[in-house]
Amino acid sequence: MISQFFILSSKGDPLIYKDFRGDSGGRDVAELFYRKLTGLPGDESPVVMHHDDRHFIHIRHSGLYLVATTSENISPFSLLELLSRLATLLGDYCGSLGEGTISRNVALVYELLDEVLDYGYVQTTSTEMLRNFIQTEAVVSKPFSLFDLSSVGLFGAETQQSKVAPSSAASRPVLSSRTDQSQKNEVFLDVVERLSVLIASNGSLLKVDVQGEIRLKSFLPSGSEMRIGLTEEFCVGKSELRGYGPGIRVDEVSFHSSVHLDEFESHRILRLQPPQGELTVMRYQLSDDLPSPLPFRLFPSVQWDRGSGSQALNVRLHLPLPRGVVSLSQELSSPEQKAELGEGALRWDLPRVQGGSQLSALFQMDVPGLPGPPGQGPSTSAPPLGLGPASLSFELPRHTCSGLQVRFLRLAFRPCGNANPHKWVRHLSHSDAYVIRI
Amino acid sequence: MPYLGSEDVVKELKKALCNPHIQADRLRYRNVIQRVIRMSKLDQWGQAEVLYFLLRYQPRSEEELFDILNLLDSFLKSSSPGVVMGATKLFLILAKKFPHVQTDVLVQVKGPLLAACSSESRELCFAALCHVRQILHSLPGHFSSHYKKFFCSYSEPHYIKLQKVEVLCELVNDENVQQVLEELRGYCTDVSADFAQAAIFAIGGIARTYTDQCVQILTELLGLRQDHITTVVVQTFRDLVWLCPQCTEAVCQALPGCEENIQDSEGKQALIWLLGVHGERIPNAPYVLEDFVENVKSETFPAVKMELLTALLRLFLSRPAECQDTLGRLLYYCIEEEKDMAVRDRGLFYYRLLLAGIDEVKRILCSPKSDPSLGLLEDQAERPVNSWASDFNTLVPVYGKARWATISKCQGAERCGPELPNTASFATSGPLIPEENKKRVQELPDAGALMLVPKCQLTAECFEKTWLHLKVAHQQVLPWQGAVHPDTLQMALQVVNIQTIAMSRAGAQPWKAYLSAQDDTGCLFLTELLLEPENLEMQISVKQNEARTEALNGFISVLETVIGTIGEIKS
Repeated sequence: MISQFFILSSKGDPLIYKDFRGDSGGRDVAELFYRKLTGLPGDESPVVMHHDDRHFIHIRHSGLYLVATTSENISPFSLLELLSRLATLLGDYCGSLGEGTISRNVALVYELLDEVLDYGYVQTTSTEMLRNFIQTEAVVSKPFSLFDLSSVGLFGAETQQSKVAPSSAASRPVLSSRTDQSQKNEVFLDVVERLSVLIASNGSLLKVDVQGEIRLKSFLPSGSEMRIGLTEEFCVGKSELRGYGPGIRVDEVSFHSSVHLDEFESHRILRLQPPQGELTVMRYQLSDDLPSPLPFRLFPSVQWDRGSGSQALNVRLHLPLPRGVVSLSQELSSPEQKAELGEGALRWDLPRVQGGSQLSALFQMDVPGLPGPPGQGPSTSAPPLGLGPASLSFELPRHTCSGLQVRFLRLAFRPCGNANPHKWVRHLSHSDAYVIRI
Repeated sequence: MPYLGSEDVVKELKKALCNPHIQADRLRYRNVIQRVIRMSKLDQWGQAEVLYFLLRYQPRSEEELFDILNLLDSFLKSSSPGVVMGATKLFLILAKKFPHVQTDVLVQVKGPLLAACSSESRELCFAALCHVRQILHSLPGHFSSHYKKFFCSYSEPHYIKLQKVEVLCELVNDENVQQVLEELRGYCTDVSADFAQAAIFAIGGIARTYTDQCVQILTELLGLRQDHITTVVVQTFRDLVWLCPQCTEAVCQALPGCEENIQDSEGKQALIWLLGVHGERIPNAPYVLEDFVENVKSETFPAVKMELLTALLRLFLSRPAECQDTLGRLLYYCIEEEKDMAVRDRGLFYYRLLLAGIDEVKRILCSPKSDPSLGLLEDQAERPVNSWASDFNTLVPVYGKARWATISKCQGAERCGPELPNTASFATSGPLIPEENKKRVQELPDAGALMLVPKCQLTAECFEKTWLHLKVAHQQVLPWQGAVHPDTLQMALQVVNIQTIAMSRAGAQPWKAYLSAQDDTGCLFLTELLLEPENLEMQISVKQNEARTEALNGFISVLETVIGTIGEIKS
């Protein structure tokens, strides 16, 4: 049970402060926390801090600090879960979580906090139950409208663009007022994978780890039943085998408690009645055994190893350099790439890399203390000390590394429902830590 | 009172925990508890609260215990980490007499813990890593096959990387030692100096069991000639040589040449120590020490100078011809020109020792060169699970044992009440102190406040006899409101070493308590606390077996402070 809860911006300005028990300190505790956080020695963890008979525990989310204080010795996992759930809830009700949205919706936030926590004890965090109590409307910066899309089809023809919603389409507030039913019913389903890879200098794969989540954001009236079909060859664990091919395999899978799994065994269908708002339906992990080859390889050049139809977005290569390197001369293969030297490292930005292509760049740097200018990448002699591991960050749209795909998303038709709800399904892989040693 | 998801659950729990009839009847209590566990309408917060309440429950028989564990099995597979950890802790505590059940549940919780360690949320990752370390204290092989999950990645914050390196150090076994050492070797050349040093210390930790490979890696690191790396490697060598004498030869071969790359105090001390103790195997030891002596005037760290004195004298015993001159110059400098008194004293001491003869010097300075048994002591393999089971899923593993100890000490001192020698409190001390003594008494507590001896065990009969025998030395009333909570009061008195002989139950009228305490000179204080039904005051009567007014006043002020604090907390 917590004593106080406050939200600070990334610079330490208090946005929200709420005291539940009145037994410790006043508003200045927020400043105290920020000072302590910035003054912490390097090896101490800032996650839980202690001052004056109080424990401060916080998470960072979207650039904000969400902090809770408590004087009891309670479970850190419950506290962290509560803070994450509050972050999601605030995001649902205000549209998205950020300094701007919080400052515009202060009254709503305080009302939410009142309902969620009573005297420091959690009452409920379910969006459903809270809807009945929350009266305030969320304030958005500008109402979302599909006409904002710059490319509406000519003559009403359906172009590629009208089948695609911008990625900010899901960031509007959950339907909170009971009267306004005219907004579109939509549901967004994301299959997001985080890829964490370590490649040794001789090219061998040291570690591969994929963490995946199926996230659902629903604006439908709650209680509507939904069925999500996954690839039928989806196997869990190393010993299962389905279908005729090698199948799509993950090591472990865990589901949200509201998902019904009766059809999962036979047809790989998940059935659930989601409340409004954001929900993580399923989490899975896969390590050491990717069915598809790795997206990127680096020898002297960067090579993108995938079919030609797909592409990678926002690829950035970060390569730490030996100390003292001051100048860089470069030769890049296309004008939209950029490379710059900053903070002891080389950053090479590739906005879009087409699948199956091979890109090369030549960088020459002067390293003081070494004879002659070395070329980029390993030569016959060992690389200079400080030429650190290259790390790549990228996004691969429409691609999942494990091969898992959502086959269909069906909604049980509600008789009093309005126009057919829109369904948006997205698959995405992005890099968590993709490191190639040189 | 938490909501717990539904009214029914709250009703049931209230029944179980507050209704004395149910608590008295074992069977009814147990039925209510089981009904609560079976309730499916609990949300994850309710489940976590229920698991927390159940920690207080003591099953009577083994059958009942396994019944409850079976019911709780489903909680272990929940998607909420708070519930999973709460259930694990409950299992560990309920099954404290069945170590194989504890091991089973720790195997089951491996999956969720590993998932939390790779979670997107860094804070959750950190909390999970701390708990993994906790488990590794008792089951070192538990995570050995999953060592890859603990490799550090580039973008992680520093505190997570440090925890992961510690975990890697602790889960090393024969199968994964090669890969783990390679990975740690990669970290030793990391851009961040702190992290590189932590990795080197970790290799030093592993070196106690896998000495040869680690010494080889550390020797290679010396070849890089980087300051921050060399100093830590030399310190690691010093620790290693003390615990594992078999690697001394290899270390001595690696040392020459690294003195050029050490600038900081710790590194220099380590190097000088090594040269002193094992100097006969290192060919150029006297010359390195001579270099240090040449520069001793510009040496800023007194600790280095002290170490230099000892090391040079030791080396002199084994290689007298080469060191004699240098030793003389060093002693001259330390005695005549050195400003730091500690260094000068040591120099003087060694000079006189030398005057006493070489045999005396040998007798004093020839200490053992290594102590392998210390390594076994420190390792303290495999503490039993029960020693940390009650700390699992609390903030204790997240802080770490050392920091938690300091925190609870601070909290205990604060709760003891505000400062003892508060002179204003003497105004109510009663008519027994003559006016001229008051000033003296006011100064006294600052000097040496009353020292109450802990654990002074006075039996009830002894107390009664002494009580009836003595006359009241002091009486006082303190304002009070409402009923007394005996447990809180007893604990608070315990903190200041006042023992409770007898105390009425909460709500008894009139409410009485008898306390005893003894100070370090053997003076006994016996106290009666009385709270009348209608009064808003607590009466205190104190009896003393020796008539010493200062001690009495000290004791009274301690008592007042404690009772005053308890009174404030309630109101």
